[in-house]
Amino acid sequence: MREDKILLSHGSGGGQMLELINGLIIKNLSNQYLKEMMDSAVLKINGKKIAFTTDSYVINPIFFRGGDIGKLAVCGTINDLSAVGAKPLYISLSLILEEGFERESLERIVESIKKVSEEEGVLVVTGDTKVVEKGKGDKIFINTSGIGIVEKDLELSYSRIEKGDKVLINGGIAEHGTSILNERLNLKLSNPPVSDCKPLWKIVNEVLKVSDKIKFMRDPTRGGIASTLNEIVSKSRLGIELYEKKIPIKENVLGLCELLGLDPLYIANEGKMLFIVGKEDAEKVLEKLREIGEKDAEIIGDVIEEPKRVLLKTSSGGRRIVDILSGEPLPRIC
Amino acid sequence: MKYILEFRESSLQEPLIEKIKEISFRKGKFKIMEVCGTHTVSLFRSGLRDLLKDYVEVISGPGCPVCVTPDSFIDKAISLSKKKDFIITTFGDMVRVPGSKSSLEKERANGADVRVVFSPLDSLTIAEENPSKKVCMLGVGFETTSPSLAFTIIQAKRKKLKNFFMLSAPKLIPPALSALLDERIGIHGFILPGHVSAVIGSKAYKILEERSIPGVITGFEPLDLVQGIYMILRQIERNEGKVEIQYKRVVKEEGNEKALKTLNEVFEPVDSEWRGLGMIPKSGLKIKDLYSEFDVERVFPLEIEKSEENPACKCGDVLKGIANPEDCPLFRKVCNPENPVGACMVSSEGTCSAWYKYKI
Repeated sequence: MREDKILLSHGSGGGQMLELINGLIIKNLSNQYLKEMMDSAVLKINGKKIAFTTDSYVINPIFFRGGDIGKLAVCGTINDLSAVGAKPLYISLSLILEEGFERESLERIVESIKKVSEEEGVLVVTGDTKVVEKGKGDKIFINTSGIGIVEKDLELSYSRIEKGDKVLINGGIAEHGTSILNERLNLKLSNPPVSDCKPLWKIVNEVLKVSDKIKFMRDPTRGGIASTLNEIVSKSRLGIELYEKKIPIKENVLGLCELLGLDPLYIANEGKMLFIVGKEDAEKVLEKLREIGEKDAEIIGDVIEEPKRVLLKTSSGGRRIVDILSGEPLPRIC
Repeated sequence: MKYILEFRESSLQEPLIEKIKEISFRKGKFKIMEVCGTHTVSLFRSGLRDLLKDYVEVISGPGCPVCVTPDSFIDKAISLSKKKDFIITTFGDMVRVPGSKSSLEKERANGADVRVVFSPLDSLTIAEENPSKKVCMLGVGFETTSPSLAFTIIQAKRKKLKNFFMLSAPKLIPPALSALLDERIGIHGFILPGHVSAVIGSKAYKILEERSIPGVITGFEPLDLVQGIYMILRQIERNEGKVEIQYKRVVKEEGNEKALKTLNEVFEPVDSEWRGLGMIPKSGLKIKDLYSEFDVERVFPLEIEKSEENPACKCGDVLKGIANPEDCPLFRKVCNPENPVGACMVSSEGTCSAWYKYKI
């Protein structure tokens, strides 16, 4: 349903956000690139395939276990480019700072941007800085855009996905979201979750080298793997069956989800990629992932013909639907 | 945290599922009710509902505190949220519950200060940090939650807080069970709530034993549920009607005396309106006179218009277990988690929401 005001749930990666994007943005601005709604637009310029993406980061807290808003911004942009198979080359950096923000914090954030961009060989080539009055922002907001190049003759699209393909992930789910929740709630856990925030290009590049049966990739950030897989299902007009026992999740992450009554399938990741791979190459890709350090990588599901939904084969042996997220994931009363 | 995966391991559940099947082959398919929203969700999320559907009919009762909270409560909360200098603190799943015209989520977008807390005690911290504001906690929940609401009020008194209040409407499970039994809806046994029972103990369900209806206090993991269901069917087969505890690692016969004492210190039973079920005698809790300074309704009298619930909404029958969500003309058509009409769709633990989200 259309709301007259923007609600927080319009930003949580679920159905209301889709309604807003489709009903307002796509409706008014659509073109051949935008309507694909990929993590990055792949533009054909002078025979070259150039990937272009943008993202804004408004996280609270700005420093967390496993990263900070600067690392998150660079990694997020690198990962959006990686998801379309593009080698990340250049990024822009826009800062919106709140009056009174400590310089020392900003220095730490810039340091971490420097570190990850150097390690990944991407250059920050342009930027912008704005300062807003105290109370008109929340410490620091960052926008990054990125440009990458698709070097291979690579075709990644929903239309390549077919029945029998396998769904792979490179490690445990829900680590970023639970880490942030833990910091926000100050739960004082003895073994708190650590964000998985990391750049994925090197991993993706290795995977693309071993298999030409990579049909689709997406990094399941906000809304978790459930939201990403639902999107894949709706665009590919196929179904996906997941195997609960195969979905990697760290014990402390699962514990926190249980404590707060949250479903880890809907919790954000910042260092994970979902790969849809032709059946014949799935084992080979899995081996490669584990060989390059993604020890918890798993084949977590199959592409099926019917029903055209995301299903979960549970550890108990039953089956259920994994639906699209509705509203914000709200902690429950008891 | 340990002991999560162990309770989800299928090899431990399989022998019990076999026994459930055997009883069903011998005696037929029985109708049992769970009275806790967490059971509703766990049965769906674990896939057990799908796995057992041919052998036992599990229906969901009025076990979600959000779902049974009437429109008028939300309307009161909204009218408070519009008052100058008020901060509303609430458990997360109340935020989206529709009142007669709006919800706290929408009021938040309109500028109301509505904050989600994980513990009611967080409200006291907010009150201390905002001395110029008035902080009102929405006190809803069953016996699991109400001792912590009571403790919060006791702490507020100790700290001599003048700017903390509670809009209070906690509810009690046994009177609701009693009201359901009076309606003779043909339930053969009850999966009784694990955490409510951790507070009130198994003795609180003597009403079931009086009527020889089997009840098993059950935990929330798949293995707990399978064992609890098996224990109910075993009683049915043996013509027994007693209250047993499956969830022994948490629940004692006498309950939690300290929690009950805290509860009784602050609250007293009062007739209470349940969404869908109507007025049930002595089924709610009100703040005792001794603590009336924290009862927001006594300090700031509220006037709200009397509201009508959507007449087509079958939440009431769903809560009683006499209708399935799919029997409701609004289900999936007008009523969905994005735009919930009845409360059973709003809370993640509501029956309609669980059907919508998980049912194949």
